[in-house]
Amino acid sequence: MTNPKGRFGVHGGQYIPETLMNAVIELEEAYDHYKNDPQFNQELTTLFNEYAGRPSRLYYAKKMTKDLGGARIYLKREDLNHTGAHKINNVLGQALLAKKMGKTRLIAETGAGQHGVATATAAALMGMECVVFMGEEDTIRQALNVYRMRLLGAEVIPVKTGTATLKDAVSEAMREWTSRISDTHYCLGSVMGPHPFPTIVRDFQAVISREIREQILEKEGRLPDAVIACVGGGSNAIGSFYHFIEDKDVRLIGCEAAGRGIDTAETAATIATGRPGIFHGMKSYFCQNKDGQIAPVYSISAGLDYPGIGPEHAHLYDIGRAEYVPVTDSEAVDAFEYLARTEGIIPAIESAHAVAHAIKLAPTMDKNQIIVVTISGRGDKDCAAIARYRGEDLYE
Amino acid sequence: MSKTGKAFENGKAFIPFITCGDPDLETTAAAVRAAAENGADLIELGIPFSDPTAEGPVIQMANMRALNGGVTTDQIFCFVREIRREITIPMVFMTYANVVFSYGAERFIAACREIGIDGLILPDLPFEEKEEFLPLCRKYGVDLISLIAPTSENRIAMIAKEAEGFLYIVSSLGVTGVRREIKTDLSSIIKVVREHSDIPCAIGFGISTPEQAKKMADLSDGVIVGSAIVRLLEQYGKEAPKYIGPYVQSMKTAL
Repeated sequence: MTNPKGRFGVHGGQYIPETLMNAVIELEEAYDHYKNDPQFNQELTTLFNEYAGRPSRLYYAKKMTKDLGGARIYLKREDLNHTGAHKINNVLGQALLAKKMGKTRLIAETGAGQHGVATATAAALMGMECVVFMGEEDTIRQALNVYRMRLLGAEVIPVKTGTATLKDAVSEAMREWTSRISDTHYCLGSVMGPHPFPTIVRDFQAVISREIREQILEKEGRLPDAVIACVGGGSNAIGSFYHFIEDKDVRLIGCEAAGRGIDTAETAATIATGRPGIFHGMKSYFCQNKDGQIAPVYSISAGLDYPGIGPEHAHLYDIGRAEYVPVTDSEAVDAFEYLARTEGIIPAIESAHAVAHAIKLAPTMDKNQIIVVTISGRGDKDCAAIARYRGEDLYE
Repeated sequence: MSKTGKAFENGKAFIPFITCGDPDLETTAAAVRAAAENGADLIELGIPFSDPTAEGPVIQMANMRALNGGVTTDQIFCFVREIRREITIPMVFMTYANVVFSYGAERFIAACREIGIDGLILPDLPFEEKEEFLPLCRKYGVDLISLIAPTSENRIAMIAKEAEGFLYIVSSLGVTGVRREIKTDLSSIIKVVREHSDIPCAIGFGISTPEQAKKMADLSDGVIVGSAIVRLLEQYGKEAPKYIGPYVQSMKTAL
């Protein structure tokens, strides 16, 4: 019998060095206390509404719906949040919690830089020190976000080990945490890592589906037929799914980054190409070779370029409650451009993976059916990279 | 007594760590021989992992060199089976949970017994998760070594009571790697262990010089040295075993 704590089916757990055990236990105790504390929740709601600009809009994409000729498409506009992505929801929650715990320093990993920017923002707001670990490869792909983090007062440490991408940034942030625990909170950016992170991050991101539910009931008087979100670690997806998990008629669809295709080595589609493993503190699905060496994954999207998936997603997949579909670079770039032209909304390349699947799915559905697509972030940060993908010699 | 516990019967134990396949398995074999001939009491053999989150830069690089050289788990099992014919001191594997899990835990742990591996050190398997592999380790008579860290505090008693083989006392916060100074109050930690168990305690992380080793051995039953040996492999490659022998001897003598 494995430890039942922090499990989603067989997934999850706390596979971390002994050095960190008391830190995660302290975090769990603090979270269990504050999650039911009216004052904490009041403060967090105020931050969400007054600072981050919540609730985010649920926008009816009329032109897109008409163009695709099928289901009615709504876009959950997490891109309109302060700092431009859903990441701020989790970060405000964790930073407030860390502050209550007496921590004075936040460390974080980042892929695309959105979580790093959000953490740097919260640190500036709350007067905390901030250090962000970012794969060196990603500091080049997302140079503008590196500048934003520095502007916000954070130190950005380029990680050169391994593939110099998100997984290496997570490893380095974990290493840093083992060396300095007493004043430091590791503000993990996705629904991954050891318990209690997958639960804490999910709870803070669950505001997305709570709002979708209220908004769609108000606009349509019924629940959607499908909710679609992109999945790397899976925080915006679990946030979008959470309050619909019990509603079995709502299809939950996570879009993984297939990179150059799931039949190539240059992919980050964990459910499509991975198998069960234990890494970064959790049991879940991971892209790995036969010896359990973690695969050097690839996606055009730095935010989805991760070899694993959060344990709750792994469980939702196992029990058949959620579906996970691979979306290639090429499909995501097409969707990025499509949404810009059709609705005047430039989505993050991560979110464009979800848009791409909606483009495929909507025409197969009836006109009275409803799809909600979470636009997890905005695409300004990606414009130069997409231009280069299309062969334009554009540098920031 | 378990096989790994026997390492502590010959005075204070000296435990070197070597990454298998860095830079190749022939060199690893020569390094193991050099260590065993010069007084090592137990050998910790690292199975490389792509993302070793508990390691500092020196051992991270060794993992990369080994994996880039193409070493696999099966090759390492063959290598251990061969060298076991001449090496009589206990040997344990140090690796990460995924290497065991992914291979198939039972298949992996059964192989350990068959090839003559006496214990398993998994830095990402804390007390709370040890049930993942402990029943299989018991079934095949392989010690699952527990670790205690400077932050363990109220957890020391719980871990010590159930520990098997020996206890790995992590000397410092952070990752593996050579340190100028070890500041943790290790004698207090070991005092708590002693109140709950008579299991041998070996201190690791940050130890490189004979002086440090002596100091640590005075507090405990033995010392574990990784990065300092791996650095010799980094510096001298295939020639490293002839430097590892004298180094091990100088450390064992100091204890």
